[in-house]
Amino acid sequence: MDKFENFTGIVCPLDRANVDTDAIIPKQFLKSIERTGFGPNLFDEWRYLDQGEPGQDCRHRPRNPEFVLNDPRYQNAQILLARENFGCGSSREHAPWALADFGFRVLLAPSFADIFFNNCFKNGLLPIELAAERIEALFRTASGPEALRIAVDLPRQTLTPAGGEPISFTVDSFRKHCLLAGLDDIGLTLEHLDDIRAYEDRYQTQTPWLFPENDPETP
Amino acid sequence: MGAKTLYDKLWDEHVVRYDDKGTALLYIDRHLVHEVTSPQAFAGLRLAGRRPRRVETNLAVPDHNVPTLDRARGIADPVSRLQVQTLAENCAEFGITELGMADPRQGIVHVIGPEQGFTLPGMTIVCGDSHTSTHGAFGALAFGIGTSEVEHVLATQCLIQRKSRSMLIRVEGILGPGVTAKDLALTIIGGIGTAGGTGFVIEFGGEAIRALSMEGRMTLCNMAIEAGARSGLIAVDETTLEYVRGRPFAPQGARFEQAAARWRTLVSDPDAAFDRTLWFDAAAIEPQVTWGTSPEMVTPVNGRVPDPRDEPDPVKAEGMRRALEYMGLTPGTAITAIRPDKVFIGSCTNSRIEDLRAAAQVVAGRRVADNIDLALVVPGSGPIKAQAEAEGLDRVFTAAGCEWREPGCSMCLAMNADRLAPGERCASTSNRNFEGRQGPGGRTHLVSPAMAAAAAITGHFTDVRAL
Ligand code: SF4
Repeated sequence: MDKFENFTGIVCPLDRANVDTDAIIPKQFLKSIERTGFGPNLFDEWRYLDQGEPGQDCRHRPRNPEFVLNDPRYQNAQILLARENFGCGSSREHAPWALADFGFRVLLAPSFADIFFNNCFKNGLLPIELAAERIEALFRTASGPEALRIAVDLPRQTLTPAGGEPISFTVDSFRKHCLLAGLDDIGLTLEHLDDIRAYEDRYQTQTPWLFPENDPETP
Repeated sequence: MGAKTLYDKLWDEHVVRYDDKGTALLYIDRHLVHEVTSPQAFAGLRLAGRRPRRVETNLAVPDHNVPTLDRARGIADPVSRLQVQTLAENCAEFGITELGMADPRQGIVHVIGPEQGFTLPGMTIVCGDSHTSTHGAFGALAFGIGTSEVEHVLATQCLIQRKSRSMLIRVEGILGPGVTAKDLALTIIGGIGTAGGTGFVIEFGGEAIRALSMEGRMTLCNMAIEAGARSGLIAVDETTLEYVRGRPFAPQGARFEQAAARWRTLVSDPDAAFDRTLWFDAAAIEPQVTWGTSPEMVTPVNGRVPDPRDEPDPVKAEGMRRALEYMGLTPGTAITAIRPDKVFIGSCTNSRIEDLRAAAQVVAGRRVADNIDLALVVPGSGPIKAQAEAEGLDRVFTAAGCEWREPGCSMCLAMNADRLAPGERCASTSNRNFEGRQGPGGRTHLVSPAMAAAAAITGHFTDVRAL
C-alpha cells in the first residue's frame, strides 16, 4: 500500500444520505477478478445516462449533467463530502477500490457504514467522521460557485479549508500509523505468529471440535 | 470479572493478543468463501507466496453468479463464468473444499454453512459478504469482511479488530399468526433506522426470539446488517442444539455432548450490562412492506405510502422524495393498491425450507394473478430443494404458475440472468431494496415469503392474514 501523504484537494459534495455500495460500484462490475480499473465505473448508474457494462470504454458514454461528479467544478476532486451512513450495504471492497481508483483519498461524512469504513483503510483511503453541523457547513461552501479546497494533514489530524480555520478530526492511532507508513496488515500480524500458535495450542484441548484436522473424533 | 454479555464471552475467548492501543488480534474459527469477493485475495496470497494457515477452516461455494436454469449448460455470461472458474481453480490450488456448481450441497453461502454444520455455536465466522451476520443465530460471532481481510484471514487465521458496543433488542410477547421473523426484522429496522445499529453488535432476546425456529433466527440475524450492526447474535438454547445435532460437519456422538455442554454457556449473564437496550412488543407487529429504496422505508401492509412533507428532517424528506420518484409511487397510496410485476422468493434471508413451506401454503390450490409476469421460487441450497421436492412443494408452486429453480442468490442481486427490467416492480423476500439492486431501474418491495406469495396470488400487496 502507498504511504498516505498530506495534500490539498478539491471537495466534491455528494448530497445524498445512505449511499450504498451498490450505488458506488454497481454489481455488474463485481465480476472482475482484478483489483484495479473500477474508477471509470464509480457511481456508474448516476454518472452515465446509458447502461454500464463491464469492459466498456467509458470515455464516450453519455454523461448525466445533473450528477455532481460530472460538474466541471469538481473535476479531479480528491475529497468526497457525503451524508450519513455512507457506504452501507454490501461488504464489497470494490467500493473503496473504485473511489481510490477514481482519485479520491479522503471521505468526509457524519457517519459511515462499518464494513466500508474498515475497507477504506486497507486501500489508503481516509474516511473521516465529522459532526453533522460541520458537514452541513462544508456542504454550503463546497456547493458555492467556486470549488472548495481543503488541506489534509494526517499527522496533525487537521483539515484546513482554503481561507478558513483548521478543523481537527479523530482517527484510530493504529490505522493512522498504517496509513502513514503504508503498512501491510498481514505482515504485521505474522509478526505475532508465536501468540497465534500459543492460542491454537490452548484452544485445541478445550474445543477440539474446532480443530477437525487434529481431532480423531470429528467427522 | 463481572457479568458478561454473550458478545463479551465470544470476544474474550477469541482474543489472541491486544496491542498497546487496545486493538485486538481476533482468532477466526471458520471462513466461508464465494466467488465475488475472493479472487483478489487469492491473487494477493499467490503474489506474496503465502498459503492458507489452516485450510480445513475454509469452505467455498459459488452462489452469486450461478444460473438457476439449465445448469448442465454452464454459465452463458463469460465474465460470470470466469469468476466461478477462478474460484474453483483457487480452491484446487490452495486445497480448500469447494461445493461446486454441480455438487448437490451447493447453495447460498449463508444457507449452506449452517446446513452443513460448518457453522457451530461459539465460533468466530467470517465471509467476504455482509450477510455473514446470519450465522449469529447460532450464538456465533459472525461478520462480513472485505477482500483485504479475506486475504488476511486466509494467511493468518486472524483479523485485526476493535470491539464494538453492545445492544440488546428485547422482543417481548409472541408474534401473531402470519407475522414472521422477516416482519420483525423490518419493524426493527424501520424503528431504529439503517444506521441505528452502526458500531454495535446486536443481541436479540426475549420471548419472541426464544419462540423462533432456527430459520426465523437466521432471517433476523441476516437483516441485522441492514440495521447497520456489525453482527446479530442470539443465545444458544435447545432449539440451536437440536438444529446442529447430526449435521455433516458438526461433532458427533460423545464429542457433540462435550461441545453442547460448552455451547449451553453461550448466553448473556442475567445481570450483564449492555451499552443500549431497546424493547419491541411482538404482539403489535404486523406484516411489513417496504415502499422505498432503503430497508428502513417500511410500513405495515395496511398502511399508506408516506408523504415527505410530513417529515421534519430536510435531508430525510429529500431522501424520501427521491425514493418515491424512483419507486414510481405517490404519497398516500394504500400499500395494498401497489401491484408488482414480478415476485421473487429466495435469497439468504428467506429461502430455507420453512420459508418455502410458508409460501407454498399460501399459493396451494390458487393461481398466480394475471398481472404477475414471473413468480420465481429459488431454494437456498441443493438439500433444501431436495427436501421441498420430497414434500411436494415444487408441484404446489408450479401448479400455481410459479417457476421452480436451481439454488443460488439469483434475483436478490441480479448478478446472474435473473433480474428486473427498468421500471419493473417486484415483491421480494430478499434483504435490500436499494436502487438497481435487482436490476437497473428495478423497483423492490421487501416482504416475508408468505406476503410475497399473497402478492403473487392477488396481484397486489395483501395482508396474508386476511387470505
Ligand atoms: S442471497 Fe443476496 S444477500 Fe444473500 S449472499 Fe446472495 S446476494 Fe448476498
